[in-house]
Amino acid sequence: MTSAVASSTAHSIVEASPRSKAFASALVILYAVITILPLLWIVATAFKSQSDAIAYPPKVLFEPTLEGYVNLFTVRTRQTPDFIAKLPPPETWYDKLVRERDMVIAGPSKVVPRFVNSLIIGFGSTFLAVFLGTLAAYAFSRFRIPLADDLLFFILSTRMMPPVAVAIPIYLMYRQLNLTDTRLGMILLYTAVNVSLAVWLLKGFIDEIPREYEEAALVDGYTRLQALRKVVLPQAVTGIAATAIFCLIFSWNEYAFAVLLTSGEAQTMPPFIPFIIGEGGQDWPAVAAATTLFVVPIVLFTVLLRKHLLRGITFGAVRK
Amino acid sequence: MADVGLRNISKRFGATQAVHELSLTISDGEFVVLLGPSGAGKTTTLRLITGLETPDSGSVMIDGRDVTQDPPGSRDIAFVFQQYSLYPHLSVYDNLAFPLRSPARRVPEPIIRKRVEQTAELLHIASKLNNRATRLSGGEMQRVAIGRALVRDPSIYLMDEPLSSLDAKLRAELRLELKRIQLELGSTILYVTHDQVEAMTMASRIGVIRDGRLLQLGTPREIYESPADSYVASRLGTPQINFLSAGLLSDIPVPPGTETVGIRTEHLRLAARNGGGMVGRIHRVEHLGEQNHVHLDYKGKMLVTLADPHQPLHAGQEVELQLENPLCFDRAGQRLPAMAH
Repeated sequence: MTSAVASSTAHSIVEASPRSKAFASALVILYAVITILPLLWIVATAFKSQSDAIAYPPKVLFEPTLEGYVNLFTVRTRQTPDFIAKLPPPETWYDKLVRERDMVIAGPSKVVPRFVNSLIIGFGSTFLAVFLGTLAAYAFSRFRIPLADDLLFFILSTRMMPPVAVAIPIYLMYRQLNLTDTRLGMILLYTAVNVSLAVWLLKGFIDEIPREYEEAALVDGYTRLQALRKVVLPQAVTGIAATAIFCLIFSWNEYAFAVLLTSGEAQTMPPFIPFIIGEGGQDWPAVAAATTLFVVPIVLFTVLLRKHLLRGITFGAVRK
Repeated sequence: MADVGLRNISKRFGATQAVHELSLTISDGEFVVLLGPSGAGKTTTLRLITGLETPDSGSVMIDGRDVTQDPPGSRDIAFVFQQYSLYPHLSVYDNLAFPLRSPARRVPEPIIRKRVEQTAELLHIASKLNNRATRLSGGEMQRVAIGRALVRDPSIYLMDEPLSSLDAKLRAELRLELKRIQLELGSTILYVTHDQVEAMTMASRIGVIRDGRLLQLGTPREIYESPADSYVASRLGTPQINFLSAGLLSDIPVPPGTETVGIRTEHLRLAARNGGGMVGRIHRVEHLGEQNHVHLDYKGKMLVTLADPHQPLHAGQEVELQLENPLCFDRAGQRLPAMAH
């Protein structure tokens, strides 16, 4: 049967021809290579020595070292060889690694607190934006709201200008409210930006769920909120997952406001990473190591939700 | 089960008067069918009873209690929707159990299991309980939808064209079953349809509705044999009733004031020409197996009637039309009582 189809010269309008399939595959592979290659380069750089990282021409083959990761997690001081020789023997492999470079570890770096900030602010604002967005989208979808169209346009309009345009007013506002350099301030800011996206995306998904489902639940003795939880949310889960990923990607990667509004306590990874300084400038292997770790949560999150994402990313254009 | 009543209920959506001063009482154990075209206000009437819509005026009574302002969940009603009646994310069992699990009802799980299994048995879907709701055929889905209402023992079942999305064979099958179940359980049902066969076969009483007004309420026989006006007459009967202006008739005594005469197939006999006054020319004969559809031209008006397939009729033939007790309507379309013989 398969061979009959393969050898057939008849054109089918639903089944792609082997040649167009091969072309499509090649295109996808090319795209994958283009997008994955820089990522692989970063992962590799994290295992290079400082000199290998900036070697010209760039080195594809090199002797891997964990120096980048050690430098990322530690603060070190340079000592004389005499001083190091007098110390008791190193207790750990990373002590040893550092001492070979005539340095000793002075303490942990700030990468862990910064990473925790990113997690709290990223997931916190995503949760809030999706939570508020779901409720607002449900209300817009189901109730007769006066001026609903104007309100929806107003919500969307918050995304019509570049965020940097309002950076200074927001900075002044935050200073007055003592929200600068606080996790709460960053969560609120990212939630405010994301909630418009969430409302619009989720409204599309909820619009597609027939009202009859909830009405049946209402007649059966459920309250509006119970019907929302038992009937609407399970069917909107695809849209909610897709929306959550978009929100997380934004708040996770946001740079401009993070630079402007955080410097210490609440600093997230994006402003932290580029300024990881080693001796004589930027410590590129450590920067690459930080970038690698930074990418992991969002990759995990996306992989966990990919089942929903594929359907959700079509913005509800494809019916179930 | 209980009596359900609508009193002068009206509902307007923007410029459309969906339901107009409608009154209706459904007695305990009755199967009332609201029959009307789409947009007649049938579904709105059901939604007003459930509380999914609030009337602009008038009141809804259930078991003597005014429930007009009560939320849907406290009215003790079960509703079968036209479509989208099953939750796609739940199994058949969970769909059936859903109404019983409502927080307002708090039925213990063992009783839920018993009720669900009984209902599944009644509807012949017991073997499908563990299927996902989306993995069913159209007929099975509609059975489950009806089952979702039957698991409860409400004051009244409201059904909004529950069979309209099924093919003709399944519809006929489920029609019989629904009637059997209703008789078995003694349920009170208000059923909405645009299908006259469903109305005629299942109803204890039919209400014909148009433009939000209830035109006539009566047993299927009353509605068919004594329609209140020409519209009601046109809703029932296949082929549809023929209307002739009274001026075109000859030799037929009609009550004074008759403007139009309604001729159903049983009012019309076709005979060989025998000197009678009404002569028509056969335009076309459609052979349907057990009977023939005869289209004939009478003074420029096209009439459709049934004939015995063995009666030798062919296109172009001239036949004599013999009318027996046709329905007479006045200028406004109201039916006039037949002449006493």
